[in-house]
Amino acid sequence: MIPEIGQFALILALLLLAVQGTLPLVGASKGISAWMALSRRTAQGAFFFLALAFGCLVYSFIVNDFSVLNVANNSNTKLPLIYRISASWGSHEGSILVWVFMLGLWSCAVSIFSKHLPEEMVARVLGVMGLVSVGLLLFLLLTSNPFDRIFPVPAEGRDLNPLLQDPGMILHPPMLYMGYVGFSVAFAFAIAALLGGRLDATWARWSRPWTTLAWCFLTVGILIGSWWAYYELGWGGWWFWDPVENASLMPWLVGTALIHSLAVTEKRGTFKVWTVLLAICTFSLSLLGTFLVRSGVLTSVHAFATDPKRGMFILTFLAVVIGGSLALFAFRAPKVGTAGTFKILSRESALFANNVLLIVACGTVLLGTLYPLFLDALNLGKISVGPPYFEAVFVPLMVPMIFLMGVSAVTRWKEATLPDLWTRLRWAAVVTLIVAIVLPFILGRTSPKSVALLGLGFGMAFWIITSALAGFFDRAKYVEGSFGAKLTRQPRSFWGMFVAHIGVAVFIIGVTAVKGFEAERDVRMAPGDTVSVGGYTFRFEGTANRDGPNYHATRGTFELSKDGKTIRKLYPEKRMYFAHGMPMTEAAIDSGVFGDRYVSLGEPINDDKQSWSVRVYHKPFVTWIWAGCILMTLGGLLAMFDRRYRVSTRRDTGKPSLPSSDSVKLENA
Amino acid sequence: MKRFLLACVIGFCCWGGMAVANEAVPTENDPVAQKRAMELAAKLRCLVCQNQSIAESDAELAVDLRQQVREQIAAGKSDRQIISFMTERYGDFVLYEPPMKLTTLLLWVGPLLLLVAGMMAMIFLLRGRNQAAEAAPLTEAERARAAALLEGRELPDRKGK
Repeated sequence: MIPEIGQFALILALLLLAVQGTLPLVGASKGISAWMALSRRTAQGAFFFLALAFGCLVYSFIVNDFSVLNVANNSNTKLPLIYRISASWGSHEGSILVWVFMLGLWSCAVSIFSKHLPEEMVARVLGVMGLVSVGLLLFLLLTSNPFDRIFPVPAEGRDLNPLLQDPGMILHPPMLYMGYVGFSVAFAFAIAALLGGRLDATWARWSRPWTTLAWCFLTVGILIGSWWAYYELGWGGWWFWDPVENASLMPWLVGTALIHSLAVTEKRGTFKVWTVLLAICTFSLSLLGTFLVRSGVLTSVHAFATDPKRGMFILTFLAVVIGGSLALFAFRAPKVGTAGTFKILSRESALFANNVLLIVACGTVLLGTLYPLFLDALNLGKISVGPPYFEAVFVPLMVPMIFLMGVSAVTRWKEATLPDLWTRLRWAAVVTLIVAIVLPFILGRTSPKSVALLGLGFGMAFWIITSALAGFFDRAKYVEGSFGAKLTRQPRSFWGMFVAHIGVAVFIIGVTAVKGFEAERDVRMAPGDTVSVGGYTFRFEGTANRDGPNYHATRGTFELSKDGKTIRKLYPEKRMYFAHGMPMTEAAIDSGVFGDRYVSLGEPINDDKQSWSVRVYHKPFVTWIWAGCILMTLGGLLAMFDRRYRVSTRRDTGKPSLPSSDSVKLENA
Repeated sequence: MKRFLLACVIGFCCWGGMAVANEAVPTENDPVAQKRAMELAAKLRCLVCQNQSIAESDAELAVDLRQQVREQIAAGKSDRQIISFMTERYGDFVLYEPPMKLTTLLLWVGPLLLLVAGMMAMIFLLRGRNQAAEAAPLTEAERARAAALLEGRELPDRKGK
């Protein structure tokens, strides 16, 4: 009964979304306000039914209703409750339902927080989101119905993929999808602006907080995924350049370009056409990511060819969305025209250059991800494109990008001069150079390769920090009063940028330190043996059986010590899940600000001493990688809650008002 | 071959000897060779795993191939020789760094092409818009509005910015 209610709710949602995707759009172009007014109600109604459907699916998982195929394939009576709930978005069908549900959530949010927007704009934005929802919901209903029943009903389910039975995997997919789907708002605003022909700074101000929020979600989603891989896969890596990861990195890169380009459009009124194009690209890449991960094309091109129903549907949908929006763009964009002038040496140019670099970086990732698929599809051989390739092509793009990131934080809008830039940046440049040259030697490195790596990495990080500080002191000059006043009287958007950029620096420090100083040992240990890595000693005390609700586990006990002093015990596990028979590694990590001590059990070795193959790692500063991502997210949130988005309600009603003190300062700065 | 066997025997004896001591037995005793082996292993794909290098994986094949790499290093082979041994056996698929050949030309040159194209497009756009901006003088209406603003007859409108 419950699954049928869910099914029925999905169909009702589809009908409402079909209305949401058509009448308001027609109403907006013909000026029929009753039709436009439908957009909010239908969006909220559709969200209600999508939430109901999602609730029904979660309920089916909670009560172990194995007559639902999706539940039978992805759950089990022994699966703990929390993973039964997260299993609802662990499967293909479930994750697409979550996708559509979140699209409904964003639409609903837009319908609530858009009181200050013109009715036409709301109608168009929600209309476009409705159309996108219709496409995905059709995909769900026609090819991946989460409520399909099976008969005879199996007595037991197949269990959730053990890799997903983890706290990180409860949060990772929803966060990632919130990011992917959130970019649909930016996309809808862009399409609405193209349709309405009203592409101005106001439009950028409306869509900016939404875009930033989506970007924050995506950042957190990627961060959790990376953290999960670090502790779950058992060998301490944090990024693998796996196609699935690349699929989430691409929209992040272009999304990063988009939030910067939106800033320029809002503040300076330029880059409008470019910003629209970026908004279209970002969402298209989110859809492409979904296609890559969901069509099975990544596991094998041939698997895709033998069961192409799902893949072909998304591919067609992708072609319609991307092709349609680009055609609209080509048709409408030139009418918008260029406005606002700036010189080659200006903040606008620096940001534009960085935008281009981000796009090129994204293009590179796309090339490396799709290339083996194309070669294989054309029968030109099977190749692997992995970390060595991506590192070789990505790092050279990062270096100028980081350099410009520092420069653009202090460059004047419109027109800058080199002597002026030098005055603002000389201390940052000097400190950076000293750090880059001296630090590797202080840290005891002499080989040219590692000196170069550390010098480059720490140099980039310090360049960001020092130039961000230079930017702050530059602005502080225009605020009178004490240092406290200078700190507190900067707008939140400035602090957002500051914190996010420092986050990038923290991230780079983490990456550089791990790359330069990580130490690992791959050893076989019998109880009583010790192994030392990075100044820490691990003593193996033996293993014991410790079974979980749905797995057998062998738990090793290790004593971690430094200079003869015991720090703590670590308990890595090797699990064998009943239903899948797949061995899983649960690493044990002693995590700290300056580094992690990491131990994971490999395989038992058949000898009389009960030895195991064991991996131990010392990973200095590895947590900084994720701390950097958290700072970037916080920066995004700070910028989103800037005062001007809240006062904009009054401003957008059309009454002229004096520019706020913030913007006056910005233009002076 | 004889020397190789001898090396294996000696290596095996050392292992046995080490195992008696309390320090855990590293899978390789020479730290330099160990580092080389790990770096090589990170570039080789574990063919039976889902996108893992043989350095990362605990699958049997990965353990075997790691052992292969170590043995070949012990036998004095260069990195290049070991890599070509692996590709002869398993094809290009085993390499995470694809070799440069006709079919991978675009893969390797692509990023550079993208960068050059991006930079050229940018310079072209920036120059074009600057010329356009310089060439377009104010219209009569804009002049009037500017005058009005300067004289304070009208409040500035942010949207027009």
